[in-house]
Amino acid sequence: MLLLNSFLFCGFICLISQIILDNSKLTPGHITSILVVIGAFLDSFGIYDFLIKKIGGGAQLPILSFGHSLVHGALAKANNVGFLGLFTGMFDLCAAGIAAAIIFAFIFTIILRPKN
Amino acid sequence: MLKFFCMVFFILDKLFLGDEMRNTKYDKIANLHKAPENRLKNAIIAFFSGGVMGFLAELIIEVFCMYLHISRIDSATLMIMFFIFMAAFLTAIGIFDKLVQVFKCGLLIPITGFAHSITSSCLDSKSEGLIYGIGSNAFKLAGSVILYGVVSAWFFGMIRFIVGGVG
Repeated sequence: MLLLNSFLFCGFICLISQIILDNSKLTPGHITSILVVIGAFLDSFGIYDFLIKKIGGGAQLPILSFGHSLVHGALAKANNVGFLGLFTGMFDLCAAGIAAAIIFAFIFTIILRPKN
Repeated sequence: MLKFFCMVFFILDKLFLGDEMRNTKYDKIANLHKAPENRLKNAIIAFFSGGVMGFLAELIIEVFCMYLHISRIDSATLMIMFFIFMAAFLTAIGIFDKLVQVFKCGLLIPITGFAHSITSSCLDSKSEGLIYGIGSNAFKLAGSVILYGVVSAWFFGMIRFIVGGVG
């Protein structure tokens, strides 16, 4: 059931983005930024946790989940240490993604020769 | 062979058709072969390619859970790193751009698009050197995602912290 939900949710997000991309002058950069903000908004009142519970991996793959993990880490830390936690816990959950993206990008750029 | 036919066609064209005639004929042929911007088809392709990506994500999480004996949260982190690795690798060997042309938004909206934007801006600026090339241009495209993500996360986190309490 989680597999089917993942398929439908991820496909739905991509469908909406493709429709926006085709019918307006926004670039993929605009759309991903908007989606991150929407993800942060959805998580701040616990909606995204519900989605992840019902959908599983399909909800963690889109860029929406980046905003979710930013807010989630910040709020979890704020729960423990108070106001300062909003700053210190911001990158707790999405650190793996950012670090992996930077490290792999750097390694492949150094090793491989760019095409064109 | 093809070149020869093109030459013959070009000469015949020059001989038998005036410039005006040729232009209209050219337009007609060009319109016939121009790919129509089919939005419905794009949307359907994006839906299915994005859906397959989500399906794979859930499948990989379950496979990692089963065979590596780790918790679901760790497995999700590994899954995201796996997708980032694949996207960076495919971008570096030049395949990802062709895949994006085929599968449209299905590859740009998942986390693969984020990894792709970092890797491609690194590759583009490799010739300018390590510091002012790769170092300063790595977040040219992906920087907007991180900046607006952090600002909005701080903003919404503040609202939640003040209004709703934390829990």
